[in-house]
Amino acid sequence: MTTTAEPTTTPSPEVGKARVRKEDARLITGRTRYTDAITPQGTLHIHVVRSPLAHAKVLGVDKSEAAASPGVIGVYTAADLGVESVGLPCAWPITPDMKAPQRPLLASSTVHFAGEGVAVVVARSAAEARDAADLVDVDYEELEPVLDMEAALAEGATLVHPDLGTNENATWVLDSGEAGTGGRIGDAIAAAEADPDSVVVKRRFRQQRLIPAFMEPRSCVVDPSGEQLTIYAATQVPHILRTMTTVTMGLNESKVRVIAPDVGGGFGGKIGVLPEEMLCVALANKLRRPVKWTETRSESMLAAHHGRDQIQDITITAKRDGTVTGLDVHLLADMGAYLGLVGPGVPILGAFMYNAIYKIPALKFSCTNVFTTKTLTDAYRGAGRPEATFAIERIMDELAVELGRDPMDLRKQNWIPHEEFPFTTVAGLTYDSGNYEQATAQAVEMFDYDGLRREQEERRRNNDPVQLGIGISTFTEMCGIAPSRLLGSLSYGAGGWEAASVRMLATGKVEVTTGASPHGQGHETAFSQIVADQLGVPFEDVEILHGDTQVSPKGLDTYGSRSLVVGGIAVVKAVDKVIAKARKIAAHLLEASEDDLEFADGTFTVRGTDKGKAIQEIAFAAFVAHDYPEDMEPSLDADAVYDPENFSYPHGTHLAAVEIDTETGRVHLRKYVCVDDVGTVINPLIVEGQVHGGLAQGIAQALFEEANYDEQGTLVNGTLVDYTLPSAADLPNFDTAVVSTPATSNPLGVKGVGEAGTIASTPAIVNGVLDALRHLGVRDIEMPTTSQRVWRAIQEAQGRSTQQTPVDTHSPGAGLGSIDPNNPQEEEVQ
Amino acid sequence: MIPAKFDYVKPASVADAVRALREGGDDAKIIAGGQSLLPVLRLRLAAPSLVIDLGGIAELRGIRDDGDRIAIGAMTSYYDILRDDLVKQHVALLGQATETVADNQVRHRGTLGGALAHADPAGDLGAPALALDAEMVIAGESGTRTVPAAEFFVDYFTTAIGEGEILTEIRFPKYTGWGSHYEKFNRTAQAWSMCAVAVAVRVDGGSIAEARVGLTNMGTTPIRATGVEQALVGQQATAEAIRAAADRATEGTAAPSDADAAADYREHLARVLTGRAVLAAAG
Ligand SMILES: Cc1cc2nc3c(=O)[nH]c(=O)nc-3n(C[C@H](O)[C@H](O)[C@H](O)COP(=O)(O)OP(=O)(O)OC[C@H]3O[C@@H](n4cnc5c(N)ncnc54)[C@H](O)[C@@H]3O)c2cc1C
Repeated sequence: MTTTAEPTTTPSPEVGKARVRKEDARLITGRTRYTDAITPQGTLHIHVVRSPLAHAKVLGVDKSEAAASPGVIGVYTAADLGVESVGLPCAWPITPDMKAPQRPLLASSTVHFAGEGVAVVVARSAAEARDAADLVDVDYEELEPVLDMEAALAEGATLVHPDLGTNENATWVLDSGEAGTGGRIGDAIAAAEADPDSVVVKRRFRQQRLIPAFMEPRSCVVDPSGEQLTIYAATQVPHILRTMTTVTMGLNESKVRVIAPDVGGGFGGKIGVLPEEMLCVALANKLRRPVKWTETRSESMLAAHHGRDQIQDITITAKRDGTVTGLDVHLLADMGAYLGLVGPGVPILGAFMYNAIYKIPALKFSCTNVFTTKTLTDAYRGAGRPEATFAIERIMDELAVELGRDPMDLRKQNWIPHEEFPFTTVAGLTYDSGNYEQATAQAVEMFDYDGLRREQEERRRNNDPVQLGIGISTFTEMCGIAPSRLLGSLSYGAGGWEAASVRMLATGKVEVTTGASPHGQGHETAFSQIVADQLGVPFEDVEILHGDTQVSPKGLDTYGSRSLVVGGIAVVKAVDKVIAKARKIAAHLLEASEDDLEFADGTFTVRGTDKGKAIQEIAFAAFVAHDYPEDMEPSLDADAVYDPENFSYPHGTHLAAVEIDTETGRVHLRKYVCVDDVGTVINPLIVEGQVHGGLAQGIAQALFEEANYDEQGTLVNGTLVDYTLPSAADLPNFDTAVVSTPATSNPLGVKGVGEAGTIASTPAIVNGVLDALRHLGVRDIEMPTTSQRVWRAIQEAQGRSTQQTPVDTHSPGAGLGSIDPNNPQEEEVQ
Repeated sequence: MIPAKFDYVKPASVADAVRALREGGDDAKIIAGGQSLLPVLRLRLAAPSLVIDLGGIAELRGIRDDGDRIAIGAMTSYYDILRDDLVKQHVALLGQATETVADNQVRHRGTLGGALAHADPAGDLGAPALALDAEMVIAGESGTRTVPAAEFFVDYFTTAIGEGEILTEIRFPKYTGWGSHYEKFNRTAQAWSMCAVAVAVRVDGGSIAEARVGLTNMGTTPIRATGVEQALVGQQATAEAIRAAADRATEGTAAPSDADAAADYREHLARVLTGRAVLAAAG
């Protein structure tokens, strides 16, 4: 079948098109398959009985009344299930001597945080399980909670895990002097202290505890009725979950299948291997029935891992002319009661980013991870890098104040000029590409930086009750996790490659599988655009399959802005192989030499002739296999595994104009401009969506969110009413723009975008808040910079000390939220 | 978030509802829009054995002109209040406060009667009802009675509605031609008030002839700022005079302390917001 290639008009490329996401219709309407929507015949439901206390001995569990409750199949403790010795995995032992407690599926003798499971009820319906859970009577003997990180490290502190002998999990150090990537920080500080023409600026910042607050609560269904045990889970990491389940529960990996159907958000909050998931596995195997767990929102707030929670002691040294000479970073990071899958490594992901976009000759980073009796912490959008960016961008502003410099000028003086890329930093990373000047120039212009500075001056002069602040944040991040060898050098428990397969169907349609399983990002659309261009097929003909270990058996999943820069490149590599195979068949069918063939817009043509074969025709030829070269298999399909050679380094300049009502302390974000360099843009709409969502989350840390614990170790704002997640109504229209310096480390030139907005925006806001108030004497305000904190800071700076009345966290009144869900009996609600 | 088990009835008349309430006794609970009750049930802060839905009683829904009063059925939704011309013309303050409640979804379901019966001191409808001298019509076994707003709010989540009684109607005097404003201060745009001030004033020839001021979340019930009202009457509507009057906003309050605002900050807010609300209302 030789056809003549029709002189087609070149189709417009898909890459760069602002396509509406193909997955939107089903995701936005919710008419799709979320895990909780899956209920195999005969499914049993579990409800976990959780400790209301942060730290307590479990003296006894009386299950009798619950066991007799309608619909109940059984009530089990860890001992009843024989899982006392099972410990959930931590895949990142950051130091060889790291202290790691066993993290049980259910606490047996001691509970270590409020929300930890003690027993599990299995019933015919979720409602019956929930009802019976109230009837399980646990006898606790209260122990002293461990809540403050510094106190936890002090001599004689109550130990969270007495068998470890300490509350210190590990201390991890990166020292440019030792590593040979830069100078010694001790020398830099000593030199600065001795030099009248230098300054040393020290600050302490606090990264409050945050709750990822994904929209779909966590859920899993474990079905033992097939040859493979099937686990449906609302997870970001189906492949990791599969391997870890087999390791944790002692199963044969080939006997386990994991399916992550559509997953409604994660932000890092769904990368865990959960006690509830493993309980469902144990129960499904024991009862030989499908078992389902879906958490309530309250459980999610309380027991799903939290994020951030660090104390940062930062010292920067500089010459009076503004040249930065050294940076010393000392962190305390709250792990909570146990180690999550990558929990101990989260602060370490930030270690390499404290020097950010600047040329800093000496860097030392040291982080001590601490156990407390709180919910464990683990990855949350940005994971380590928002903390790093916050610290460096805040201290650059502090340095500017100290030196009397414009904060933007000071940054320009110290950043890496674009001519110097690729640039190896003091942390030992090589930034492949970037252009900080370009992004900044555009942002400054969009923002009207000079105009706003003039307005700020005017408001100060007029003593306007509404003061204006300008907040700057320039950032870069290492993302696209990651080169496997580098992860190995950091003792990470896995590699960072990603897998893809391309299947050419008989009819010329294309199925692509990716191991990067999305949870709302839009992989299906973006990857289809890439494949459509590469193969020269219509966008509609490409299907992206993912999230089922039977369909995409190999993968390392979605986190760390890696899907496009690692997973997307794996797809490209697989497509390359398909094209190479197709070229052979095309040459054979066209009776031409492979070297004489050109491939463009989906068609191989013999150079200088009008003879050609479309990729669809070749796919059909391979399918019927009547006529193909002898030295190959009749198939175009191909697999690829891509291991990146470097991280990806997006960067950007973010500017915030913040108005502060000095009478009430209200912070109003008036304008937000960001110009991000994320390399080649596959789909501008998706990029903008990622930036918007990221900004909202980063701004939320600066202004709104904090997980508060009382002195007993109880989470006191564990509902969405008083956790105060912002909505669109709390945020301005963002002015976003993209500049593109293509990455040189991958064939598409792409960089990660999923975390950029979150990483950059937090310091922009706080710098803006302080910029508005500095002339009033305000030096710092802890996050979130609530109206009350701002008001008190102003009062104190003006010498009017305010007497903060004791807060009664259990008082009813302020809406539903201040009704304490942990002590319902205390409240009388009419 | 699964509530404990309960039975459910949907009576078609007030008399049937009252009967169901009596038969259900202590364990019966009324549901109106469910925007406060359902979260309470789902968090298991309450576990009634019988839930009586007022949604089937047509006579409880609607807004009518009743001579010198605007009468609003207890089951009238926020959304209906917001669209109503009688409200705009005669009790604009009620609409202004209603506009600040939560989001569109909640406003479609939540009812004025439910909000007042719930009597959350952080709720936004109590202060306007109190400031505007609304009257609550309450139906029980022995007929109906009318309770003035000043006697309606008793304590945290506690009103003058007795056991076996149902709030059926809320009656507002007409404030035609008055200026009004609801100044709300909250953590996020769709949250309850940390503090809010409801103001209606009648300005006559540049001076304030009459004033009504109510405070949200400054005590266990909505609070009438009578000190401010007195200080305002007879004053020119200038920023200075208004600010001086607003300084009396905390008289008679018992501001709560919570994580969002300790009492001293709330008191400060009450003064500042009162000044702003009066200025806006008089403007
Ligand atoms: C997300 C969210 C945000 C919110 N934000 C705000 C806010 O910003 N400001 C604010 O003021 N409120 C807010 N609310 C609460 C909302 O205003 C509620 O709708 C209102 O408080 C209760 O009205 P309802 O009709 O839903 O009553 P329901 O929830 O049905 O009932 C509330 C209580 O009143 C009783 N009750 C109801 N009707 C009667 C009656 N006719 N007679 C006797 N008893 C009765 C019920 O038994 C129950 O105890 C919010 C609610 C939600 C869910």
